[in-house]
Amino acid sequence: MSKPTLALYWAASCGGCEVTVLDLEEKILDVAGFFDIVFWPCAMDFKYKDVEALEDGAINLCLFNGAIRTSENEAMARLLRRKSQVLVAFGACATDGSIPGLANLTTRELIFRTAYQESLSTLNLDETRPTPRVAVPEGELEIPEFYESVHTLAQVVPVDYFIPGCPPQPPQILAVISAIMQGAALPPAGSVIGAGEKTCCDECGRKREEKRLKRFYRVWEIEPKPDECLLDQGVVCLGPATRSGCGALCVKANMPCRGCYGPAPNVLEQGLKMVSAISSVIDSSDPAEINSILDQVPDPVGTFYRFSVPNSMLYRKQHPA
Amino acid sequence: MEQNQFEPRIVGFLCNWCAYTGADLAGVSRMKSAPNLRIIRVMCSGRVDPSFVLRAFQLGADGVLIAGCHPGDCHYQEGNFKALRRVLMLKRILRDFGVDERRLRLEWISASEGEKFARLSLEFTEEIRTLGPLTLETAVEPGLPVEVLA
Repeated sequence: MSKPTLALYWAASCGGCEVTVLDLEEKILDVAGFFDIVFWPCAMDFKYKDVEALEDGAINLCLFNGAIRTSENEAMARLLRRKSQVLVAFGACATDGSIPGLANLTTRELIFRTAYQESLSTLNLDETRPTPRVAVPEGELEIPEFYESVHTLAQVVPVDYFIPGCPPQPPQILAVISAIMQGAALPPAGSVIGAGEKTCCDECGRKREEKRLKRFYRVWEIEPKPDECLLDQGVVCLGPATRSGCGALCVKANMPCRGCYGPAPNVLEQGLKMVSAISSVIDSSDPAEINSILDQVPDPVGTFYRFSVPNSMLYRKQHPA
Repeated sequence: MEQNQFEPRIVGFLCNWCAYTGADLAGVSRMKSAPNLRIIRVMCSGRVDPSFVLRAFQLGADGVLIAGCHPGDCHYQEGNFKALRRVLMLKRILRDFGVDERRLRLEWISASEGEKFARLSLEFTEEIRTLGPLTLETAVEPGLPVEVLA
């Protein structure tokens, strides 16, 4: 009997999701033994044409990490959707847009201007920019188009399951893959798997007293006490708005939760939940004083929506009309 | 669309104890107020979750008014202060997302201030009319064709 097939792909991502699969350590051998890996460009030598040659639906499970930033990302999302029975958005980028998605707060033109014009090490007198098609004496060259906005995987193709995290934690991945290997019944389509059903605070052992605050601290301004709630100490911690599942890794290292596991269950929008959380701990009812306290939280969108700008209601910084 | 044809759509979250009663007073007193304001009664301005505001914008509102009791008058003691802090934070979020923060307004209207409600509804409508319609670029729903990518 032939083995079930597994594909792994990276789109707009940093590669951390690939490393976290390898962090399964010796268990990766069980995975490789159980599945026939048919596509994994990061680790094995496959070409896109190998995927195109497969019959539609030939891949049993595809773990797709990374956001959709270029036309290549989009084409691969569509191709792998067609070839896969179960397509999983793997990691925060594929699920919510994550760090690449912060680019939705700017524009392609500004990104290009910084990268190809204004950065100190760049000398680009001809103002050359990446263009999808360029004519050269030998013929026409083609590179993927860089889109104006970053999209989540589910904004491009239907997605069966979401495994959040930046990156998803190995025990969670192992739990999901083991369940599949043991033939467990699949959860309803659209489910978030490999994560908890509560908030990060639920996994955090710190004592919360719901203090009211006159000021916030950035992480380098304070050495927080290890057993008290970070938010109580004035450190902006996304725990209250973030899905559990990571084991509260950051707060155990005395760093605030940044929100990589995405919005907590039944939370419409992670960033707005943080607006509520921060607003309820500020100890002032005077508009001027509230504003001066809020000034201590620079870049609120980049902080509260660090992992979810493309999947938010506003989705990107609106272009001027 | 020409400016004079544009009728702003405004969602108003009015607290049950003061602002809504104030609006009611404006009505029974037959004061002129703006029909552009679609009122949703909430028990307290502190009940208005930030996601209500963004959802309203997402679903086609050009402006959102949150109105509650004057400071010190909140039926629940400090719900209106909670609303104040949220709105000040939310305005920063709107600004960073490129949405004019004047589209979100917080006002205190007591149960006896029917005239203030009527005046504010007209004022705010004119302010939104000047700002023009809010057309958000939004990502398409999952599973639909993605023209935005083309």
